[in-house]
Parts: sequence; C-alpha cells; structure tokens
Amino acid sequence: MVGIVGYGAYIPKYRIKVESIAAQWGANAESYKKGLMVEEKSVPAPDQDTITMAVEATRRALQRAEIDPRKIGAVYVGSESHPYAVKPSGTTLAEAIGATPDIHCADYEFACKAGTEAMFVALQLVKAGEMDYALAVGADTSQGAPGDALEYTASAGAAAFIMGKTDVIAVCEHTYSYMTDTPDFWRREHQFYPQHGGRFTGEPAYFKHINNCGKTLLEKAGLTPQDFAFAVFHQPNGKFPLRVGKMLGFSKEQLAQGLLCPKIGNTYSGSSPLGLTAILDVAKPGDLVFMVSYGSGAGSDGFIWRITDQIDKVRDKAPKTWDIIQGDKVYLDYGLYAKFRHKILKNV
Amino acid sequence: MSVSKYWREIPHRYRLEAGKCKQCGKIYFPGRLICPECGGREFDTIQLKREGKLLTYTIIHVGPSRFADQVPYVVGIVELQDGVRLLCQVADCDLDRLQIGLPVKIEFRRISEEGEAGIIHYGYKCVPV
Repeated sequence: MVGIVGYGAYIPKYRIKVESIAAQWGANAESYKKGLMVEEKSVPAPDQDTITMAVEATRRALQRAEIDPRKIGAVYVGSESHPYAVKPSGTTLAEAIGATPDIHCADYEFACKAGTEAMFVALQLVKAGEMDYALAVGADTSQGAPGDALEYTASAGAAAFIMGKTDVIAVCEHTYSYMTDTPDFWRREHQFYPQHGGRFTGEPAYFKHINNCGKTLLEKAGLTPQDFAFAVFHQPNGKFPLRVGKMLGFSKEQLAQGLLCPKIGNTYSGSSPLGLTAILDVAKPGDLVFMVSYGSGAGSDGFIWRITDQIDKVRDKAPKTWDIIQGDKVYLDYGLYAKFRHKILKNV
Repeated sequence: MSVSKYWREIPHRYRLEAGKCKQCGKIYFPGRLICPECGGREFDTIQLKREGKLLTYTIIHVGPSRFADQVPYVVGIVELQDGVRLLCQVADCDLDRLQIGLPVKIEFRRISEEGEAGIIHYGYKCVPV
C-alpha cells in the first residue's frame, strides 16, 4: 500500500483582480472573466519564489505526516520557474527541512505537469522499496507577458506530498501517463515570457492529452466516472477542466472542491496538485479521487487515489487549502503587481 | 555576502538551528563555541520554535541600496515561544496592523541577492499569524 502520507499547500496572500489587469490594457474585464472563468489570481511577494513556497508547503506536509525529515530518501521539485537556471531548487528545500545529506535530489521541468512528474517518480521509488519516504513538490511563480491572455491567469502556489507506505492517507491505486511531441506552449532559453499557440493549446493539446490519459486510466482500473467522489484536472483557466471533465463523464459537483483556478489562477506545476490538497481536506475514508495533470509540450499524468481512515487523523494538523484561499488577502493594483513581478525596467 | 559566509550560516538561516549549552541550558542563536554564562563548551543542536510575538519594530523609509525597492519595510525583534529573541524583517504586514505583541510566525523567504547573476540569499522573516 503506497501513497500519500502527508500533504501541504501554500498560496501567497497577494491577489490581483481581472478588472485591474483589463483596465491597464483597455480590455473588457467581463469578457475575460466569462471567457476564462477566472475572477482573480495569486501573486507572489517580491521575496517569494518557487523555493520559498516549496519549503512552506513541505513544512505543512511534514506537520501532517509527523515523520523525521531524515527518513526522506528523495526530494523532487517540479516547476517551470526554478529561481536558478543552473543550481537545483531541491537542494535548498532539502537543506531547509533538514533532510540532507543522505538523499537523492532532482528538479523536474515539463511545463505545468512538472509537479505530477515529481509525484509519479516519488511514488514509484517508494513502491520499488528503494526508500521509506519520498517528497514531491509542484510549485511555480509563473509569468504571462504583459497584455497577453496568460497574464490574467499565470499565478503562484505550491503543493507538497510525502509518499510512503505506512500510515497512508491516500493509496495510489493506478497511474498512467500519456505523452506526445506537441508544441502548444514554450519558452526559449533567455526569454523572460513564454509564447503559446493560441487556440492550438486547446483541442490537439490540453483536451487530447487529458482525455486520452483519463480514458485509458479508467479502462486500466475497470472503473467509471460514477465510481469517484472527486475529480481534479489541470486548470489553465476555469473552463477547460469543466469541459474535459464533461467529455470524460464527470459532473461539475465532482470537480467543484478541487477547482481552484477561478479564485487563484493557474499555478502551473502546482495546479492539479493544489486541487488534490483541497480534495484531501474534505474527502472521506473509502472515497476514490481521479486526477489528471497536463503539461504543454505535451503530456498528462493520471492517478487514482483511494482515501483511507488515516485522513481523519491528519487533515487538521495544517492549514486547509480553501481556508488559505479565502483567508487574509491583499489586493494589488497593476502598478504594484508589475513591480512585484519585476515587469518594470530600471536603470541599474 | 560571500558565498562561503552564506554557506556557513545555512543551518541557522534555513532551519533556525541554535546551540543549547549542555551545562547551564542557555540557548544561543546562532550557536557559539563557548557559553558566556558558564564557560561550557558542549552544546546540543536544537531547532527553535517558529511561532512567537513581535517585541519591537521600526519602519525603514530610506533603506540601503540592496533593499531600496522594498521601502517602506519593517524590521523587528521577535521573541519565539522558547524565549529566544531574533532580529528579522516583518513581511506581508500592513503597516496599520503593526503593534507590539503582534503574534507572528517564521517563514522561509528571499532575503537578498548578489545582483542579477549572483547567488540568492534565503533565510527567515516573520509574518503576522
């Protein structure tokens, strides 16, 4: 029985509303809000990045797992916004939680599915008996070019999962990954902002990969959408996950708890992992959870989780995801947002 | 800050590691080689509690060049639950909410960086609970 033994979420307290971004570019806020199904997004403080958020999310995962960090055999951080081009995020994370030096460490990159890549590998290492615990984090402080549609959604957040085989709160019953070479979204080296293929990011990219991954995962498991209490998909906006959920046969109600994008935007590598943390906050023993990520380039990782009795013992030991989202917030105007996100050129 | 100095200070900057004198029990943050209280030379390494309260603070309106973009920012003395007092920045805090006794917790944040190409200095700041 291998699965999640502890989980933690971190979302910065700063937000910007769609209206504030639209006003800057003379765009119609209502059109963006309706089109993207997003009201506001999280913004990292100037002193926050993928590493700082990964550390805080992991500390919350450790609060729930209540294990000695030195027993963790691997630390994997998935992100498309690692602070260094060359120097791992994972080493700083491992050092901050006191898990060094007997540990394997790697950073993962695969657009928005880098977090679930880390989860997939961490699970398999524990399953193979290589280690008792492995840590996987999905974290991002993603950037959208000023005025681009991505600017309305690209946000910040982190989710951390400790995988293990004792006192498991969510057993991983099945996994499946689906991947092709599909250039729907990219950022070339030394470029500050990513570029994307506009509508090409939809049918041949997001929908094709999640749909195929989800269908095969259901076939492998011999289950139907009606067998699941919850489902969570990658959330580049609020609409796509609802549409792909409907294509696969899931209802809005099954998606509601894990659908965070309308309130915090697209946290990229943190997206479906953060949705999973929100589901773990309320899931009951015996519930099945369906999860499929998506990363441009392109691929999807699918997981089926079965919640155990252990969930009731751990979920209250750290802040819950919707409480973080709806808690203390500070709204930024566009000027302060541009400063926070280093979008303003200065003389140096 | 040199790379080697930053590296040496990682245990207390990242993990709030302190030295507790085995002889008299006094806690030092960062750790010391000799206890000024009793002359003891043996210490246990402990991790400080991450919750505490703001003892006093000041608001910086004209900061040194490395911190100029952050003004106005707050620097305060925090008393952690185990009685240890430390100096740090108070982050994510509305200046109107600042008051002596404010409950705070320690978070991992970027402290500074060596220009655009140098290393990033990570460490602790406190934030309101």
